[in-house]
Amino acid sequence: MTQKKIPYQKIVVTAFAWFIGVAIFFPILWTFLTGFKTEATAIASPPVFLGFEWTLENYKEVLDRADYFRFFMNSVIISVGSTVLGLLIAIPAAWAMAFVPGRQTKNILMWMLSTKMLPPVGVLIPIYLLFRDFGVLDTRVGLVFVLTMINLPIIVWMLYTYFREIPGEILEAARMDGAPLLNEVVYVLTPMAVPGIASTLLLNIILAWNEAFWTINLTTVDAAPLTAFIASFSSPEGLFYAKLSAASTMAIAPILVMGWFCQKQLVRGLTFGAVK
Amino acid sequence: MATDHSRVTARFMISPAVLLLLGWMIVPLSMTIYFSFLNYNLLSPGLEEWIGLTNYEFFLTDPAFFEALANTLQLVLGVLFLTVCGGVGLAILLDQPMWGQGIVRILVIAPFFIMPTVSALVWKNMFMNPVSGLFAYLAKSLGLEAFDFFGQAPLLSITLIVAWQWLPFATLILLTALQSLDKEQIEAAKMDGAWKFSRFFYIVLPHLSRAITVVVLILTIFLLSIFAEILVTTNGGPGYASTNITYLVYAQSLLQFDVGGGSAGGIVAVILANIVAVFLMRMIGKNLDS
Repeated sequence: MTQKKIPYQKIVVTAFAWFIGVAIFFPILWTFLTGFKTEATAIASPPVFLGFEWTLENYKEVLDRADYFRFFMNSVIISVGSTVLGLLIAIPAAWAMAFVPGRQTKNILMWMLSTKMLPPVGVLIPIYLLFRDFGVLDTRVGLVFVLTMINLPIIVWMLYTYFREIPGEILEAARMDGAPLLNEVVYVLTPMAVPGIASTLLLNIILAWNEAFWTINLTTVDAAPLTAFIASFSSPEGLFYAKLSAASTMAIAPILVMGWFCQKQLVRGLTFGAVK
Repeated sequence: MATDHSRVTARFMISPAVLLLLGWMIVPLSMTIYFSFLNYNLLSPGLEEWIGLTNYEFFLTDPAFFEALANTLQLVLGVLFLTVCGGVGLAILLDQPMWGQGIVRILVIAPFFIMPTVSALVWKNMFMNPVSGLFAYLAKSLGLEAFDFFGQAPLLSITLIVAWQWLPFATLILLTALQSLDKEQIEAAKMDGAWKFSRFFYIVLPHLSRAITVVVLILTIFLLSIFAEILVTTNGGPGYASTNITYLVYAQSLLQFDVGGGSAGGIVAVILANIVAVFLMRMIGKNLDS
């Protein structure tokens, strides 16, 4: 019988890490649980952790508000719309910069990045007034445009760092074999670029979904997404913890799941390749 | 390999992105600069007149500006301190061998994906509320008096919430950097009998310094523009106690309709952000060459 050494250090590290992990996650867990409580249980003292009657009443009430679905759809349309539009503009640009780099490529990339560092309040008033004059205040079109512009630098950068890793020799080889340009793009490049494009897509949907400066300032009713809907809980009437929790859970669940899938790309996307 | 033909095509492919961003930047920014020299209030349209630097004079001598500037600094530095220290600790912890590492990682990263309005309201009401919040209950069960977070320390409360949101970002970047550390170097130091303490200060920390700088710079850019968390919790109050520059400019332009004054404030914010941006750009640019 071989006696295994008991890895004390690993046990301690595991216990400690799990404790910290659960503590950091706890507010999200607590929100999730509170969404299934009655309003009275939600503020009960001592707080009830699991031993309560689970109810779907809050979800029903939030969904019954005729406008919940509109907020949700606005979030979907604005985040997906701005990301897809951004990709359509950025893919050719990143492609060209990665495969046909010129003397100005680096300067263009750096300049694009610098637009991201412009604080939004610096352009809040003109954008607000221009939107008012063009009649796109509180419209989905207007928000899609703004969020596209905001995330475009990140999209170009992310795609650029991915495309740059595709070896140029592969293109040469395909050309040598006499493949026509179209085939080269469809059969050689696209399959290699898809993972990069997919993670760029995911990360930007997340960023756009959670964007809360422009979505709150440029909307009132019609185009307001979930960020604005949740903000309406800041001046509540009566008991609202359980309803706030149910609404919050619905607002964050899809993004949380997507986020867990693209956590690796997060670093790359948000540090502009400065940390690998 | 690049022919003249492909260069022309490349330029054609890049131009939509460049032109759009150029327009997005130049048009509104020059309008802000122009407005900042006008006496322009949305409540009295048609009465705009050129008043030179008066808006800047008013904005920069307004006590609210100094309070907001101090609050902005306090908020940025507070969150930076918490996230960088916490992030280094967490990254080192997550780098150790353990069971269920992937799950712990997922738990730690989660706050980053939470909408700012959600995290601000959940923390404010369900945790920090002095009557029905969880912290109040904990304090009472320990025989202490419940702390009125937003009543006593509104800015600190916001700092804590924002730090919770950004801790995962710092952790993730520092962890990525840590994993690229040459493990043999650590082993060699162990062989030489270097203490854990000195291994940390002489090997780990210098290796992380670059990643820490990147975290600090990127976070600063985001933190200078904190808005939604303030809007849904305190509305910048009481008084100006939790107003930062971003919120001050918002209040002046969209609540008081003072376009001129708000624009001057916006330009001040742009200048402040640029000071940080210059350093960040230099770091990223260096990396692009290598």
